[in-house]
Amino acid sequence: MWEKRPILFLILATAAIMTGTTITMIVPFLSVNTEADRIESVKPYTPLQQEGRDVYIREGCNNCHTQTVRPLVSEVLRYGEYSKSGEFVYDRPFLWGSKRTGPDLARLGGKYPDAWHYKHMASPRTMIPGSNMPDYGWLSKNPLDPDLARRKMKVLDFPYTEKQIADLATKNEMDAIVAYLQKLGNDIPWRKAAQTTIVGDLKNPFIGNKDAIEAGEHLYENSCAPCHGEDRQGEIGPELTDIDMDDADLYEIIHNGISDGGMPAFGSLGSEKVWQLVNYLKEKDDD
Amino acid sequence: MDTPQYNTDIVRSFILWSVIWGLVAIVVGLVVSVQMTNPELNFPPYFTFGRLRPLHTNAGIYGWAVGVIFATFYYIVQRLCKVRIWSDKLATFQLWFFNATIIAAAISLLLGFNTSKEYHELEWPVDIMVVVLWVAFAINIIMTIIKRQEEQMYISLWYMMAAIIGVAILYLVNAAEVPVSLFKSYSIYAGTNDANVQWWFGHNAVAMVLTAPPLAMFYYFLPKTTGVPIYSHKISIISFWSLIFMYLWTGTHHLLWTPVPDWIQTLAMAFSLMLIAPSWGSVINGYLSMKGQWHQMRDNYLVKFLIIGITFYGLQTLQGPMQAIRSFSAFIHYTDWVPAHIHMGTMGWVSMIAFASIYYLVPRIYGKELYSIQLANLHFWLILIGQLIWSISLWIAGVLQAGMWNAMNPDGSLTYTFMETMVEMYPYWWARTIGGVIFLAGVLVFVFNLIKTIRGGESLVSSAVPVEGRA
Ligand code: HEC
Ligand code: HEC
Ligand code: HEM
Ligand code: HEM
Repeated sequence: MWEKRPILFLILATAAIMTGTTITMIVPFLSVNTEADRIESVKPYTPLQQEGRDVYIREGCNNCHTQTVRPLVSEVLRYGEYSKSGEFVYDRPFLWGSKRTGPDLARLGGKYPDAWHYKHMASPRTMIPGSNMPDYGWLSKNPLDPDLARRKMKVLDFPYTEKQIADLATKNEMDAIVAYLQKLGNDIPWRKAAQTTIVGDLKNPFIGNKDAIEAGEHLYENSCAPCHGEDRQGEIGPELTDIDMDDADLYEIIHNGISDGGMPAFGSLGSEKVWQLVNYLKEKDDD
Repeated sequence: MDTPQYNTDIVRSFILWSVIWGLVAIVVGLVVSVQMTNPELNFPPYFTFGRLRPLHTNAGIYGWAVGVIFATFYYIVQRLCKVRIWSDKLATFQLWFFNATIIAAAISLLLGFNTSKEYHELEWPVDIMVVVLWVAFAINIIMTIIKRQEEQMYISLWYMMAAIIGVAILYLVNAAEVPVSLFKSYSIYAGTNDANVQWWFGHNAVAMVLTAPPLAMFYYFLPKTTGVPIYSHKISIISFWSLIFMYLWTGTHHLLWTPVPDWIQTLAMAFSLMLIAPSWGSVINGYLSMKGQWHQMRDNYLVKFLIIGITFYGLQTLQGPMQAIRSFSAFIHYTDWVPAHIHMGTMGWVSMIAFASIYYLVPRIYGKELYSIQLANLHFWLILIGQLIWSISLWIAGVLQAGMWNAMNPDGSLTYTFMETMVEMYPYWWARTIGGVIFLAGVLVFVFNLIKTIRGGESLVSSAVPVEGRA
């Protein structure tokens, strides 16, 4: 019957297609992004951040970076608190991505100081050898368009001030993307909550152990040198040639970071590696 | 009754252009592959990985796959309906508008006009072009079916009509956006809703572009090639209706463990598993249609393309549902495993069937004997080996990467930093490039064979293959 009547066939096919569509695509609008998942502290983007977001989209950063942390142990350890629906209510479009050629960026905000981003964006490989992220230094030559930015804020219905718009004239696309990156995932106070208080007494397990010092040196080159310099002479972070701290305090700084100062937490390396770093820094400190 | 005068010019033109866009897609695929191992080969602003990768996927799906769909559907619909297409003028318009759209898409993507939504990157003006294109195509196909001379509609026509309706609904809903300038718009959906709509679109683009149309080709060209009808009409009916019913529930399997409500994820997982049945319905129907004909795998190069193609479809539709299981998704999602899945589908299934269809069509619409069957066999082996190297190396890479991302020390800390896992991928990305070069070599053999056939091949007058179309 339907095999002989094309119009009937088209109606039946549409009905088949619309069944699953209605239930899994239309019905969710009733519950998602309603009061139920609202988070008070999540704020819309400022004109500068939104400009940065649009650069992120234009350059297709989402082809290599995701922006959603799943509630899995290894993932929360690596990136931070898992993502909540209410954190994305101002994201048009969403930028969760589907491929992690580079790391997830959902919790990036506040992880590094601005200076780190300027340097990294301009030349990822001089900071992170082995990275395959393209150089984006040329973004700092591109000005922003305040009039277009105002129109965007109107369409998105985000609050803004004329001063914010006027300020854009003095900024470039690099400033915008760094401002955007610093907002990511930072509207909920997860970083403070994630700092583990270290329980038990902190005893250096490797005092004078040559292997541990060597391992620490290797870790330093990979994880610390981009900010504290190849020879601990200081760059984005302070010099580390003269450390006035006992082992336990040093351990705690490396483990928890200094979140207001731009020093990332390295607790996820595990206590063994953190101790190796402590021993390396102390060893060098002595000579 | 006289054989109607079919329009074969339109089929010729669409074949020509789809092959050209296919070559572009493959070459750009190689470029992005090399950029992943050699980042110094990014040339800003236009030729960086972030802009070229969408160009690769769009040229592959909209230039190559959709181009072949236009070519084969225009051929098939006239034969199955026993009438000339409804409007030659509309078809010619569609051909040139298709090329204009692909060129506009390529240029706008290189300029960075990009919505960021996967497989829907094109900004609103180009979006409108895509809609016009599809409407022109839909009207022509559906009107041809309505004024057909053959009462019964064959299986291929069902898949064609479902794809036409499906793409229209998907594309329009996901395209809803508010323009702020000629080159920039914002999605009307936000955050989690936007994600859910996008992957409802994304997965069903796979269903309506990369599954239903190649199935329409398979169901038409397999019996034509072997000379034996499809084994079971009943299996065809059941698999068709359950396929188009079930697919639409599964989009959220791309969003497992994300903030999308759990119940949608669970439905997506369940329906993905159920999808094995209708998918394998077609695979088994294809295999059983070969009963007593298996010797043709050796004797007939076309059968080889078609049967290996449906076999990759079978593997794809087992692997896909596996990836849709929460625990497995936790492991492989975001890794290099997924591109391996994709390319088994696009290179192994869609492209194999597309090549078979073109090999079937070209001698018939040009009235020429194929220049060389040996070269067609060489083509077959090169693309098969190229694709296997591509997929297998990245499956290994994906498992390795997932293992390292999840590895933990006894004290509950992570074993590897992100960079330690990332640098392990380089050898596999190199292997992928090598697989891609072999695949490209195969496609160049194919193009050479076609040119030779069209330019100088022996005329078909004395051969068993009937010349169709222009008398
Ligand atoms: C070819 C893939 C690729 C593209 C495209 C890419 N990145 Fe990256 N990105 C990486 C890789 C790999 C890393 C890890 C190594 C490193 O830090 O350079 C990374 C790291 C980063 C980091 C540091 C994350 C962290 O937690 O340490 C930031 C920030 C970043 N990228 C931002 C961007 C932005 C913004 C864009 C777009 C303008 C972009 N990336 C485009 C691959 C890419
Ligand atoms: C993103 C850049 C960055 C990285 C990477 C980084 N640091 Fe720091 N670090 C800083 C900054 C900035 C400060 C200063 C914070 C403050 O005092 O407010 C700092 C402070 C410190 C201090 C305290 C110094 C003092 O005299 O008070 C120590 C110790 C330290 N870092 C060790 C490390 C070690 C070990 C690593 C590698 C595991 C590391 N840092 C990686 C940026 C970084
Ligand atoms: C020589 C052949 C090819 C090569 C070398 C190649 C290479 C690539 C590369 C390097 C990527 C990016 C993967 C990543 O980000 O990790 C990619 C993605 C993709 N390619 Fe290809 N490709 C080829 C053929 C094709 C063809 C013929 C099609 C389609 C018809 C296709 C469709 C896609 C799609 C849809 C993606 C997106 C993957 C995703 O979203 O994760 N490719 N390809
Ligand atoms: C029963 C059938 C199928 C199911 C259930 C299925 C399932 C899946 C799943 C779960 C993913 C997401 C992987 C991840 O990111 O973790 C995926 C990705 C993908 N699949 Fe399949 N698949 C099926 C068949 C196919 C076929 C036949 C093709 C044809 C080419 C295909 C092409 C793709 C593409 C292009 C993607 C990548 C989407 C992206 O950009 O992330 N799939 N599939």
